[in-house]
Amino acid sequence: MKWPAALLALSLATLGGAMADAQLTAPPVADAAITGSAFPAKLSDFGFFSQPREQMPNLGVRPYALGTPLWSDGAEKLRFIYLPEGTRLTADGEGLLQFPVGSAIIKTFAFGEAANRRLIETRVLLHRADGWVALPYRWNAEQTEATLALAGGRVDLVTPAGEAISYAIPNKNQCKTCHGKDGKVTPIGPKARNLSVRWLGDMLEAGKLDRLPPGAATMPVWAGYTAKTPAEPFARAYLDVNCAHCHQPGGGASNSGLDLRWEQRDPHAFGIGKRPVAAGRGAGEFEFSIVAGHPDESILLYRMNSAAPGIAMPELGKASIDKQGVAVVRRWIAEMK
Amino acid sequence: MNRTALLAALLASATAAPLAAETHRVDPAEGAGALQEALILAQPGDVIELGEGRFALTDGLSLDVDGVTVRGAGMDRTILDFTGQQGAGEGLLVTSDKVTLRDFAVENPKGDGIKSKGADMIVYSGIRVEWTGGPKATNGAYGIYPVESTGVLVTNSKVSGASDAGIYVGQSRDITVSENIVTFNVAGIEIENSRNALVTNNIASKNTGGLLVFDLPGLPVMGGGNVILRENIVKDNDTPNFAPPGNIVASVRRGTGVLVMANDGVLIEENAFDNNPTAHVMVVAYVQKFDDPRYNPYARNVIIGPNAFGRGGDDPQLDGKEALLAAFGGALPPVLWDGIEQDGDGLKIAEGVTGWTLNLKTPGQSMAEAQPGPLQLTPLESWEFPEVGAPAELEARLK
Repeated sequence: MKWPAALLALSLATLGGAMADAQLTAPPVADAAITGSAFPAKLSDFGFFSQPREQMPNLGVRPYALGTPLWSDGAEKLRFIYLPEGTRLTADGEGLLQFPVGSAIIKTFAFGEAANRRLIETRVLLHRADGWVALPYRWNAEQTEATLALAGGRVDLVTPAGEAISYAIPNKNQCKTCHGKDGKVTPIGPKARNLSVRWLGDMLEAGKLDRLPPGAATMPVWAGYTAKTPAEPFARAYLDVNCAHCHQPGGGASNSGLDLRWEQRDPHAFGIGKRPVAAGRGAGEFEFSIVAGHPDESILLYRMNSAAPGIAMPELGKASIDKQGVAVVRRWIAEMK
Repeated sequence: MNRTALLAALLASATAAPLAAETHRVDPAEGAGALQEALILAQPGDVIELGEGRFALTDGLSLDVDGVTVRGAGMDRTILDFTGQQGAGEGLLVTSDKVTLRDFAVENPKGDGIKSKGADMIVYSGIRVEWTGGPKATNGAYGIYPVESTGVLVTNSKVSGASDAGIYVGQSRDITVSENIVTFNVAGIEIENSRNALVTNNIASKNTGGLLVFDLPGLPVMGGGNVILRENIVKDNDTPNFAPPGNIVASVRRGTGVLVMANDGVLIEENAFDNNPTAHVMVVAYVQKFDDPRYNPYARNVIIGPNAFGRGGDDPQLDGKEALLAAFGGALPPVLWDGIEQDGDGLKIAEGVTGWTLNLKTPGQSMAEAQPGPLQLTPLESWEFPEVGAPAELEARLK
């Protein structure tokens, strides 16, 4: 299995002299912007990047990648964490790494290759003394700055699959729709099970992680999927990463009773033979979330395979269909006995 | 300083030294962005005042600040128009406590109208949710949709066109649904997996089914019951079922006034029923398979007190309709019971209430084994039922 090329490129870039020079001349990350109570108006107020357009991280900002990532209309995602000087992450088994107050998680969404790459938005999660705050920033046409987009926005663009879509930048509350658990904002992505041992090892070596947790890198690496690999771990990883932030107890869709977390072992809870509760027309013609052996009678696949608002799942962050995701989940359901 | 920066600066100062509650006015000309921004930047206790006119929205709105009032100029004057909606599962999502929504309309949302989830002590008053194209399977599921909440008041509101329930209260407790008008929905009002609910003084008309009280298996919150349906007008519920198949309400027969499915404790009294062609009141067990040990599929302790029953049961959507009508002299009596009860604690009636029963014995039993016959129950002389409903402070908030 192969880690996405983007991460490799980033880790190589980390060694690059140009970057080091830029970091030396750039002002440091503004800790006060992270921990203060205001919503900074510009992304540059944080100083996360020494060269923003190139997405060159500043000192203390480190790139990372997920084995199985959240799909967002095929956007390229550039992920970073920032840890204040003298602090480190704490491992919590296979689960979410615990971030100290003052740290930040940064994710930039981009479309287009190489010189044509266009940064669309950067979302930041700031760990303040009273909890996490999620804020969206929208890049300008000149690609020189991203400004706070509290109310979100829309951008017309063409996906890597060639579809023209109206891409939605989430508003601040919508950030919480996915990043909310029991009413509080929380990170989702950086769970040990979905991070590489190599990255965790690097963090450990750099003194930025307390220990290498058991259960690290247990989720499959999405890019390694082939028709010959077993579908189940990929499908379950996909559903965990793309759906379970809402579909779990305490999540935004808890009232549905559908629990798509990786660790959920009860087949009824993750959808097999489970009737819909409040799906409305999202249920299509069908009676159950998953009908073993029958993907085309399964509400879960029907909703993944739609881009129509009111039917499509996920409800946010999707304007087109993830054909590969659909194919993997379809195969998993089809192969179920 | 641009607007966002200004707001951010204002917010920073507000956080440093809390200000008194303020009223923020947003007019349609300012656009959807300004409205969503106001909802995000509101401080607890603030009022967001929506100007008269039509807000055209492409995305769902959301509110996540406690104690905020969102107030329009009237349900026919301030309209949140979601006809061009491109994303999100509902028109407006509320996830904070002590919120008041009043005097505005939501039209043509792609999913649900207004959903409040985990939003305790919420008031909906003078709200209209409408799918303006009439009843269609492509309409959103729920109009007004509070779920997983304690303390819910829905009053003086109107919902029309929902492909599931007009007003749906799910997995909640301490609820009052009063003085609303629900028309052309599959279910007018539905109380599901909820406790301590008072449904009173509503008009449910031209739906497939008027008032539904359901308890379903497999949900995070279980054990529906203590529901009172009192002094409602339930008439002309004869719209063919237009729910997408697969949803539980797709099984509701056209022409049902009240439908109680499972539940522990439902009191139906002082309502006026007229022209519900299948049955004015139907009381049944849950019939589908389930494997939830927490679930009880029986309808228990259901009391039908005095009600005004007009014409009805004269065009039932039931198998063997002709034979049934012939047997009962052209129209079925007002109450239809499946006959299924647990430990003799099923349906109870007041003096003068008539009905018929399928004389089935166990939940899920085949309808082929039904032995329809007149309802023969000894009427109750009196009964006790707990007082239920939303905390008084919700009503007081509207004064």
